[in-house]
Amino acid sequence: MATFLGIDYPTLWFLVVGAVFSGYAILDGFDLGAGALHLFFKKDESRRIALNAVGPVWDGNEVWLVIGGGTLFAGFPVLYATLFSAMYIPFMLFLLFIILRAISIEFRSKEPMRWWRRGWDFIYSFSSILLAFLLGVVLGNVLLGFPLDEQYEFIGSGWQFLNPYALLTGLTTLALMTMHGGIYLCLKTEGRLFDKVERLLKRAIIAFVILFALVSIYTLIYIPHLSDDFRSNPVLFVIPALALLSIANIPRLVNKQRFKAAFIFSALTISFSLVLAAIELYPTLLFATNDLQNSIDVYNAAASEKSLGIMLVFVVIGVPLVLAYTYIVYRTFWGKVKMDETSY
Amino acid sequence: MDVEILSRIQFAFTISFHYIYPPLSIGLGLLLVVFEGLYLKTGNKEYEQLTRFWIKIFALTFGIGVATGIVMEFEFGTNWATYSRYVGDVFGSALAAEGIFAFALESGFLGILLFGWNRVTPLVHFLSTIGVFLGSMFSAVWIVVANSWMQTPAGFHIVGEGMTARAEIIDFWAMVFNPSSVDRILHVWIGAFLAGAFLVLSVHAWYLLKNRHVEISKKAVRISLVVATIFSLSQLLTGHRSAEIVAEHQPAKLAAMEGHFDSLAAADMYLLGWVNKEDQKVTGISVPGGLSFLTHFDFKAPVKGLEAFPEDERPGAVNAVFQFYHIMISIGMLLIGLTLFGCWQWYRGRLFDQKWLLWAFVFSVLLPQIANQAGWFAAEMGRQPWVVYGLLKTSDALSKAVQAEQVLFSLIMFAIVYILLFALFIYLLNKKIKHGPDGGKMVDHRPRQEDMSKLISNQKND
Repeated sequence: MATFLGIDYPTLWFLVVGAVFSGYAILDGFDLGAGALHLFFKKDESRRIALNAVGPVWDGNEVWLVIGGGTLFAGFPVLYATLFSAMYIPFMLFLLFIILRAISIEFRSKEPMRWWRRGWDFIYSFSSILLAFLLGVVLGNVLLGFPLDEQYEFIGSGWQFLNPYALLTGLTTLALMTMHGGIYLCLKTEGRLFDKVERLLKRAIIAFVILFALVSIYTLIYIPHLSDDFRSNPVLFVIPALALLSIANIPRLVNKQRFKAAFIFSALTISFSLVLAAIELYPTLLFATNDLQNSIDVYNAAASEKSLGIMLVFVVIGVPLVLAYTYIVYRTFWGKVKMDETSY
Repeated sequence: MDVEILSRIQFAFTISFHYIYPPLSIGLGLLLVVFEGLYLKTGNKEYEQLTRFWIKIFALTFGIGVATGIVMEFEFGTNWATYSRYVGDVFGSALAAEGIFAFALESGFLGILLFGWNRVTPLVHFLSTIGVFLGSMFSAVWIVVANSWMQTPAGFHIVGEGMTARAEIIDFWAMVFNPSSVDRILHVWIGAFLAGAFLVLSVHAWYLLKNRHVEISKKAVRISLVVATIFSLSQLLTGHRSAEIVAEHQPAKLAAMEGHFDSLAAADMYLLGWVNKEDQKVTGISVPGGLSFLTHFDFKAPVKGLEAFPEDERPGAVNAVFQFYHIMISIGMLLIGLTLFGCWQWYRGRLFDQKWLLWAFVFSVLLPQIANQAGWFAAEMGRQPWVVYGLLKTSDALSKAVQAEQVLFSLIMFAIVYILLFALFIYLLNKKIKHGPDGGKMVDHRPRQEDMSKLISNQKND
């Protein structure tokens, strides 16, 4: 089997897909989180500032979802097919809220009527909340696994995604993104609005810490297959330790008003949580809960070596480009929100 | 209704709706590059007004295009899981390339295009406009490559049998440059340029009729008329090339397009007609032997008809394919006539004098849209019953885990949301057009924003 730096292609591609989704969670995470806080701001100008804080970048952030979907489809077609068809309802709802959110950002400030703006504000915030929640629900279900047949086809019920563990991971993801978005808004606002965001942020941090603890305990007690890797290889405990460290840093830095550093640590928290999930799973991608023989792993789900090799070239050429565009755009809109006649 | 028909309706509905927007983004992108380039070159404020006005319309189409486009990517997995497993190795890489190389470019620079007017230098802004335009062109390349591979598969081999059969890539460039991709990319690009050019033409012709924004509208009408004329004419060439490739690689589709059944007979080319599938007859006006001439340069040469294919390997809806194909061609001819007539009037110095011509321009905006849709319907319905031509049938490509009720639920959901979305789009488009370009305030490029947040933080409450 072909390797690169001693890592085989399917594993390498697992890292690529993981990195892209991690990038997506960090980037769209803050604009979804900002959306989740939106209704707490009462004045129209405050809401406009909050909206324009994400205005120039949310579209670029969603690109990472498109790339993530593409890399998953291309790299692990078997997983892509099984996961998306098994989770039909949550994915369709996800699409619904993606569309509603996009049009509410676009249309909100186009009319001055109060009912118009309040209505779109509600849709914007509500869909941001549900998108963050649904992302967590999908992650929870992936960690739990599904009943699968020998062809790796899903054989459970369409409503199986509604289970206590997935709901808990959903809420935790929502809290994490709200915290992350709150820090971002602190970087982008001033004056009274800033004070308000800061108060909300502190509550979000508390909610996240409690939920994170609950999810961890639930995972350790009820889902033993996820902690196997850690028991057999204690060195891996360094990852949860790093996650806890970065979580602990967030309230400390927020209290010191060092929001840039806090933002980096909340981004790291997102990454470490996903790395944790990745270690819990690897080399499995989706556990077959009825018969472990039918589980989908990076090898039986992967595209051919040839195809993975071609796409690794895409990644080597493309990712520096994507990072460069992202950098240029963020640099252009660096600093507090300045509204002008082109704003939403 | 069963899962197959519901999934097909859902895919057709969501992609047709999506396809209203990307062609407009590509076409308007081209016009924006022209307007902004002219502004930088001449320093004429009128071009700046045009640029800024059309950026606003562009923002509207682009946003909806992105949101409805994510739907398409997800639907391969949710509704067509067997297809995704079968082709993921080949088709997936084209989609991944689209995300990495094209979509990132357009969406990244979109922020600067829309909101960076006062933040970056004019040159950087112009480069961002070009970046967005090129990104949207590249997007079209990869998506059409993916679709063309489904029409004329190349560069792959089949591994495994029965339930576990998969297409695996063996030659990436052979996959990218499969027999139909280059001509279809050009055909799609030009269709998109026409959609954008006719929107600009329509809106500014309307201003002229209403005696508003007269000077800039005259400029815009002339520019968009030039673009529309060039591409209406060149579409004839790419269309012809595409038809030749269909004749060579998808004979059953070609036969359906002209309603040709008998393999031993010469094939006619219809101007318009109606196919009766039971009697295997077409009633209409035709050029006898026209299709034979087009494919073999001989009016008498026999052309492979639908009869030559087994019953279960022919497109089912022959009349629909025939009609969509002919609607596309008729509109193409109409656009050539309209634009050439417009140019002739311009040459005679009477372009802006005839009300009826300006009204024709106003309504012409619908024509490229209808032609784009009809063309795709002919291409996709003509490919049936195959989803990957000759390899995988549409009926075998479904998600086995998905039930009819689930698809019905999502179909109703999309129907409601898209109808709402379309109504809002038309409402806001109309509003922006009625408002028109901002004429009075000629804002300078240099950073000069009002600091709203400061203003607000001084006010009480919240």
